[in-house]
Amino acid sequence: MTAPAVDTPRDSGSAPVIAVTDAVKRFGGVIALDHVSLAVRAGEVLALLGDNGAGKSTLIKCLAGVHRLDAGVIEMDGIPVRIDSPATARTVGIETVYQDLALFDNLDPAANFYAGRELASPSWLPRWLRVLRPREMQSATRAVLDDLRVTLPAAGVMVGLMSGGQRQAVSVARAAAFASRVVILDEPTAALGARESRSVLDLIVRLRDQGKAVLVISHALDHVIEVADRAIVMRRGRVVGEAIPTRENQPRIVSLIVGGDA
Amino acid sequence: MSTPVPSRPGSLSDDSSYEPHVTSDDTPEGEVGPERPPSRRFGVLEAGLVFLRVGPAIGLLILIVVLSQLTPAFASSRNIGNLLAQSAVICVLAIGQLLVIVTRGIDLSVGSTLALGTVTGALAVTAGLPTPIVIVVMLATGAAVGAVNGIVYVYGRLPHPFIITLATLSVARGLALWLSDGQPIQGMPDPIRVIGGQILFGWLPVSTLVVGGIALGALVLTTRMVWGRWIYAVGGNPEAARRVGIPVGATLVSVYVLSGLMAGVGALLTAGRTGAGAPTFGSLAELDAIAAVIIGGASFLGGRGHVGNAIVGALMIGVIRNGMNLLNVDSFFQPMVIGVVIVLAVEADVIRTQLEQRFRLMQALP
Repeated sequence: MTAPAVDTPRDSGSAPVIAVTDAVKRFGGVIALDHVSLAVRAGEVLALLGDNGAGKSTLIKCLAGVHRLDAGVIEMDGIPVRIDSPATARTVGIETVYQDLALFDNLDPAANFYAGRELASPSWLPRWLRVLRPREMQSATRAVLDDLRVTLPAAGVMVGLMSGGQRQAVSVARAAAFASRVVILDEPTAALGARESRSVLDLIVRLRDQGKAVLVISHALDHVIEVADRAIVMRRGRVVGEAIPTRENQPRIVSLIVGGDA
Repeated sequence: MSTPVPSRPGSLSDDSSYEPHVTSDDTPEGEVGPERPPSRRFGVLEAGLVFLRVGPAIGLLILIVVLSQLTPAFASSRNIGNLLAQSAVICVLAIGQLLVIVTRGIDLSVGSTLALGTVTGALAVTAGLPTPIVIVVMLATGAAVGAVNGIVYVYGRLPHPFIITLATLSVARGLALWLSDGQPIQGMPDPIRVIGGQILFGWLPVSTLVVGGIALGALVLTTRMVWGRWIYAVGGNPEAARRVGIPVGATLVSVYVLSGLMAGVGALLTAGRTGAGAPTFGSLAELDAIAAVIIGGASFLGGRGHVGNAIVGALMIGVIRNGMNLLNVDSFFQPMVIGVVIVLAVEADVIRTQLEQRFRLMQALP
């Protein structure tokens, strides 16, 4: 599957959904992010490439609210936002799919979708005392999964009984369901076989087609070439280059990643 | 008491048919491929998992049928009343222990807490306090010990609740001995004696009604309320629970408070049955409670378990003891038999985990 040939967002000039400017993050004396800037537009898949320790994970953790930036600005739709916890990240419309998935194996997909944001009533009770509305959560989950054409074992089966690809699909769909603007994926295909990677890549394309801004970290260049509209390469905490991920550009991207003089 | 096992979040629904793929790979645009017929091997695995889930309840039923064949005294209304009365305290403690075990914890203090509750209650009686206040004192004693467990575990950032509940096991027993001067304190008001000791219609102890009410409340809390969803989430993946914004610390503290409260209820029932408060009550009751939860089929690894599991396990222990007494088996054999049952239950949990792994692998195959 390739990116749409016409009307690709990268040359549409539309304003970015999320923009990071001059992001700095230090851990003690180590500079993990050194004035990093990037922007992702609606309906665009941006790949974040780089060797281990390049700063990719630090950057997405700052966007997801796990870490806080020491300096720099994060803007959503041109408005600066403060992201100081995972909750605020989700409030402004950013959802993250972590490499370790962060799923609850003992719960079914709907319970996973709504963990921490359960649909429950009545609203005058404190949250923990409210009565769950399981049917609504089931049907909304079903709708999202159908929309993304994810096929799972029957509803109500716990996630622990699913294959790696199915679990990844649940994780991505959960992010898609709640991300109003931005979906961040950390190594979404790392633990998967070819067939299941295929499904997850299809899923990423569908997220883009829904108009979400998608930021993907991946070591699998083949997958990046397949789904990403742009690629940004990081090395030692800096952005060292940007490229359109194509087969022809592959040698250049690789040399950017490893730091050769291409 | 029969125990329905309604499907809870995370349980394997009985009517599910499994389709072993995410999206079909042979349709590049990700169209839904033709439905594949459910494989027969999936059916077998699924049946095995369902069997393991209802296994403890079936085991209890078989045990009851066999015992009533072996000795007619077993099914007599008088014996049923006895059996239920003897099991009431384990049932209550096991319900509290279940909540703790679901969150990957353990509460070793409940036996000592029960003893402390009977002693503080008896002291309240001696001080001339009205009966409702005496009951509140017993329940509050339990909840207070539970709160200490939970708060020290969570906010003292202990790696595991084993040590703090071991400490309160010791402290609560010591307090009970000190407050009572090591002696039983006689005298409980009639309403408490009715709650703990009265048997209605010759077979239905009032304590069983108390257990039933608590079980119902726990069932609603764990399966219908947001709080219940949270304890399963915390038990399933504490780190993920934190990331999605569930108040993990408060949730953990709450289950220890509830477990302590259940020990307080156990104190009320024990004091009512015996008409006294004594520092020796509830000795090793924590082990019965833990055994009941495991025998009933909840997972010791956390995240999995149902109120029904706790009740079935507690009744299983009660029936084994009662049956062996009726059959005149040397009472020294009782702990051995219960130990063997515990091993069987844990082995069933291991087998379940392995079946689930097989299940997962098979779904990844094309």
